[in-house]
Amino acid sequence: MTRVFVPLDSGARSVGADAVADAFETAGAEVIRTGSRGLYWLEPMAEVDGPDGRIAFGPLEPGDAADVLAGGSAKRLGPLEDFDGFKQQTRMLFERVGEIVPTDYDAYKANGGEAGLQAALALSADEVIAAIQASGLRGRGGAGFPTGIKWRTVADAPGAEKYIVCNADEGDSGTFADRMLMEGDPFLLLEGMAIAAHAVGAGKGYIYLRSEYPDAERILAEAIETAPFLGQDWNGLAFDIELRIGGGAYICGEETALLESLEGARGMSRAKPPLPAIAGFMGQPTVVNNVLTLAAAAPILAGGADAHAALGVGRSKGTMPFQLSGNVKRPGLYEAPFGLSLRTLIEDFGGGTASGRLVRAVQVGGPLGAYFPDSLLDTPLDYEAFAAAGGMLGHGGVVVFDDTVNMAAQARFALAFCAHESCGKCTPCRIGSRRGVELIDRIVANDRRPLQRETLADLLEVMRDGSLCALGGLTPVPVQSALDWFPEDFEKDAQP
Amino acid sequence: MTVFREIDYGTPAPKTDATVKLEIDGRETIAPAGASIMHAAMLAGVEIPKLCATDRVDAYGSCRLCLVEIDGRKGTPSSCTTPAEDGMRISTDSERLRRLRRGVMELYISDHPLDCLTCAANGDCELQDMAAATGLRDVRYGYDGDNHLDAEKDATNPYFSFDPAKCIVCARCVRACAEVQGTFALTMLGRGFETVISPGAEATDFLSSECVSCGACVDVCPTATLIEKPVEDHGLPDRTVVTTCAYCGVGCSFKAELKGDQVLRMSPLKAGGANEGHSCVKGRFAWGYANHPDRILKPMVRDAITDPWREVSWDEAFDFTAKRLTAIRDEHGADALGAVTSSRCTNEETYLVQKLARAVFGANNVDTCARVCHAPTGYGLKTAFGTSAGTQNFRSVEKTDVVMVIGANPTDAHPVFASRMKKRLREGAGLIVADPRRTDLVRSAHVEADHHLPLRPGANVALINALAHVVVTEDLVDWDFVQERCDSASFAAWRAFVSGAENSPEAMAEHTGVDPEEVRAAARLYASAPNGAIYYGLGVTEHSQGSTMVMGMANLAMATGNLGREGVGVNPLRGQNNVQGACDMGSFPHEFPGYRHVSDDAVRESYEELWGVELSAEPGLRIPNMLDGAVAGRFKAIYIQGEDIAQSDPNTSHVVDGLSAMDCVIVQDLFLNETAHFAHVFLPGSTFLEKDGTFTNAERRINRVRKAMAPASGLADWEITQKLAQALGYQMDYGHPEEIMAEIAATTPSFAGVSYAKLEAEGSVQWPCNDAAPDGTPTMHVGGFVRGDGMFSITEFFPTSERTGPRFPLLLTTGRILSQYNVGAQTARTANTIWHDEDVLEIHAHDAEQRGLSDGDLVSLKSRAGETTLTARISDRVQPGVVYTTFHHAANQANVVTTDNSDWATNCPEYKVTAVEVRGANGPSDWQRSYAELTAATSKRATQPAE
Repeated sequence: MTRVFVPLDSGARSVGADAVADAFETAGAEVIRTGSRGLYWLEPMAEVDGPDGRIAFGPLEPGDAADVLAGGSAKRLGPLEDFDGFKQQTRMLFERVGEIVPTDYDAYKANGGEAGLQAALALSADEVIAAIQASGLRGRGGAGFPTGIKWRTVADAPGAEKYIVCNADEGDSGTFADRMLMEGDPFLLLEGMAIAAHAVGAGKGYIYLRSEYPDAERILAEAIETAPFLGQDWNGLAFDIELRIGGGAYICGEETALLESLEGARGMSRAKPPLPAIAGFMGQPTVVNNVLTLAAAAPILAGGADAHAALGVGRSKGTMPFQLSGNVKRPGLYEAPFGLSLRTLIEDFGGGTASGRLVRAVQVGGPLGAYFPDSLLDTPLDYEAFAAAGGMLGHGGVVVFDDTVNMAAQARFALAFCAHESCGKCTPCRIGSRRGVELIDRIVANDRRPLQRETLADLLEVMRDGSLCALGGLTPVPVQSALDWFPEDFEKDAQP
Repeated sequence: MTVFREIDYGTPAPKTDATVKLEIDGRETIAPAGASIMHAAMLAGVEIPKLCATDRVDAYGSCRLCLVEIDGRKGTPSSCTTPAEDGMRISTDSERLRRLRRGVMELYISDHPLDCLTCAANGDCELQDMAAATGLRDVRYGYDGDNHLDAEKDATNPYFSFDPAKCIVCARCVRACAEVQGTFALTMLGRGFETVISPGAEATDFLSSECVSCGACVDVCPTATLIEKPVEDHGLPDRTVVTTCAYCGVGCSFKAELKGDQVLRMSPLKAGGANEGHSCVKGRFAWGYANHPDRILKPMVRDAITDPWREVSWDEAFDFTAKRLTAIRDEHGADALGAVTSSRCTNEETYLVQKLARAVFGANNVDTCARVCHAPTGYGLKTAFGTSAGTQNFRSVEKTDVVMVIGANPTDAHPVFASRMKKRLREGAGLIVADPRRTDLVRSAHVEADHHLPLRPGANVALINALAHVVVTEDLVDWDFVQERCDSASFAAWRAFVSGAENSPEAMAEHTGVDPEEVRAAARLYASAPNGAIYYGLGVTEHSQGSTMVMGMANLAMATGNLGREGVGVNPLRGQNNVQGACDMGSFPHEFPGYRHVSDDAVRESYEELWGVELSAEPGLRIPNMLDGAVAGRFKAIYIQGEDIAQSDPNTSHVVDGLSAMDCVIVQDLFLNETAHFAHVFLPGSTFLEKDGTFTNAERRINRVRKAMAPASGLADWEITQKLAQALGYQMDYGHPEEIMAEIAATTPSFAGVSYAKLEAEGSVQWPCNDAAPDGTPTMHVGGFVRGDGMFSITEFFPTSERTGPRFPLLLTTGRILSQYNVGAQTARTANTIWHDEDVLEIHAHDAEQRGLSDGDLVSLKSRAGETTLTARISDRVQPGVVYTTFHHAANQANVVTTDNSDWATNCPEYKVTAVEVRGANGPSDWQRSYAELTAATSKRATQPAE
């Protein structure tokens, strides 16, 4: 019986992967559901096992199943390792995604899983932290804080209990890497958390998963049940993980609001200090890391810190699964070492705009990221280079806009998003974002435009310097970049 | 005098002696380690603008007005959330900071009504202050943007209103409700600009919410959003008098804020040692009784209790009274006269009443309402430790690791202390609750007892022995403590006694009804805690073995080493504002002030010399004995200051018989209370707002009571007693209560260091206060017990004779509710009745089902002593076989059914155990009907006032 691999990834399912899988089954194939390869413009995709390995087909419709099995489909893409857009990737985190059944621990182990944890447990906690520090790993959630330093802080902080909290509240627009990894290779995240637990001396971990990811919830729950290294003494490790589902607020991706929510309170940002590493969950020292950060610990321990540090540029080490979306021909996930330029990502991997028109603006790093004009597209994807250009890499989401975009409307959207998602705690964010929307409306309507421009400039300063957390503090970034790079859009006398 | 505002440091003071040194705006500053920059700045005299910060609650960091710049650090952190660190150099003012603050204020005001001139908080509004401080001159956003100005006002709470249109969402109220009060009623709903404060996730108004009306939210609100209705109606107060609450034994300090002679609000005093700025619905809001039209303001007399009252002048009243008393004494002797002191009145007033009884009436016939509440505490703790009082201050609970609450319901009866206790419980302290009923402490928001021991009423001693059995037999004894601090012979005897199998939890389960494993687990938890503290109430004392139980708890605390330091102790939660003081002041028939026996020649002689009379060496009569004597025709006259024995004492019909048999009953009170039905003389008393004096709370803390207005009747209570003494020919001539306190200090060793000057300087002081302890004694028995070695007593359990049987198969126990106070003389005359307008009978569904009763049915409650009717409420707070009621309302007369059983040592009545039967009823009981007729006949007021 021919084995056919069809993604169970919710992105693939949203465009019909389940029906395609059913069709293959009806046609007599053995269907194996795996994660997605991330080439979303080709979903639903299927890979057919053959004597020379897997051959990919896509995008498929159920009616294509028979042709595919007969070997005569026009939708043949060939082996993915030769496929343009896939072959250029360096898949470290996503190595197994699409290869194996996500909840099959034996397959996970057979494909290199568990090696990182085994290696970690052979080391002292200090040595593990040293390895993470040497690898150059930085937080993938957005802030890019050196992971080894955070772990060291937690390890050294006095506390009756210590916790590992995985931030899986992936709320940034245009990001989906966490979800793909949790759906496609959940054990990697659990293994990374176990390594972190060993490193800092934590007994309990939590995954705070956004409620909009039901597939990830199901898969993670099964993986937590299955993973042998959780919930029992395992080679000296005593660690367990609890899966918690968020309440549907963007702010709960902010680490302190996440902790509030995890503790059962309303998700509102806390002032820092104290840092969560000193007083986090239940006031105890807590590692709060993004899914990708924790997952990276496993390949780092398995493959060595040096190998990781050899990837990337400057102080941005390792790989980043960039998520390309918006007006782009080939949207999807592309894992590559830091350092390639934004233009390379959009043009070489993404194939330019879907509309075929010129790229006018690119927003990197989620809804709070800067809008870059064409003149900045050669900026290398590297934390420092992006910061120098007034932007941020964030969680690696890249959203492309063509020349039909109205940037005043985008600036308004940033403020409206903040107004909607603000936790309601601090004044600049709670009231300021709403007033910002009103100001832009007046600017666009040319209602005393100079006064509104001056007021908006002052408001952006108050939000940037005065907000309690990054939501209010970063909302001015997309607004300011739109004002700086696309001033003409604010001069038109038209409603956004 | 002007309105007194306490300094707000913005964030709570850290509890540490360590300090840090930093520079704020160029000023070298020393601050406690862990203090916020804001707090440190305030200590240095630098007031950083703020709106969400107040030192009553933890830092929150939402308003963003308090931003500062720190040398060498990026950004503008909020000073309320950033700790001051050694060597920091901080700038609280710069062009950039001014710009940011003005920008924040501009945002606030863009969503706030511009009605300052007509706003109730005009002149007392922090938002207004901050707009001024930041120099806001223009709101460039205009006022036509999105806003909350049409939000609807909520005036459902009788005492304060909530106007969300004025709310700045600083969440001080939400945080105070959680952190200070611990009720968690208030919450925030919505997000972003739509975030609003709500009295609950489900409730839409304050009255229907879980709000307990403690006032903490009103107190911290920086605007007029939450504001007292009298302030709304009358404007801001213009002067402040700091005084002490006249409700429960917590003894909260308040600022009485007045305009002219009218109190507009009572605000809790942060510097108050007992309450540290917190309050409850009674002290904070229920002071309206002071102006209630029911108050009697003129003296009244009558020849017989069936005559109408005649209003007379003070002179005539004293003359009338003196003649009657003199005639009685001449005919029946001094033993026929007695007095009852009031636990509601001041120390000075109480002292005068007992002096009157002993020196002027001529016998030691003086007693007090402590007879019916904490007399066993005095007896038991004096026996064990040598002092008739609790061992700790309230703050001690902050260092407690395991709290054991026995027979007390602090969230209702001592709410301000309960809030402090709950705060410690939320921090993780263990909790054991021994109570027949599931009180709120057993499980409420963020508090849950580790062990609830739902014992049967009357089985306290069985339970304490079972707990002690576990401690002794499982080797949980603190041997070092016992050997160093306790009497070894008594310990050995006690140890042998409690280790007997008959005292095991398993054996005692027959009496307690409590799962022996739970008892064992509770004993282990308490005994193994670094600091274990026992708090108890009338559920301990009001039993036939009340004194035994007090000694049993003292035994347990000694055996586990839980005495003599902070965080431990045996702590009575005393009922009345000055019940501790009344006991201290010599209100008992066998003791002079300071608990010294009347047979002590040296003590007696010192008073004889001072008072210029010969004093009896024989203990006098207790209240029950006075009543017995009256029925027997031996006892003829009683002077009752501020107590309503016809309602509060047990077995009402016996009390009525006793009072009716007397020839001269003198009642001094605010209102024509139940006892006044049997009185020949009514002397109108004064409220705590109308006089100077002191109250002593459950911590032994002596707090000043200060006169805020003139006595409405013309005389303060101490002046009335003094004039009565004068009318009887005894020279009593104090010019001010301060002089009375000077006499108390001069004659009472434990008060030797107390003076008004000291209280003025220190705020309050805890006795003993003398040369050995010039600053008072927050914690008793440090290093050694007052009596020397701690004394263990054998506490054999004897079941009460009050038992259930076929005729009376249920056990009744009684208690209090938050909004009402004791017999309701005060609270029933306030809007507090909105929460509790009648006493109801809690009955378990099983018992109700058996009797065919439904929730809301009128039921008869009958014991061998009497019968009353009230409304049934089906509740799983009580266990099957137990019914419960409160005793706040005269109409329900719960004490008609309580019996004359009492504590073997002190005669404290056994209120907490009465065998009863409950049946459906159609109307008032026969007793209620005949009492109504009787009181109708004895409450006639003269239509024509004299003169």
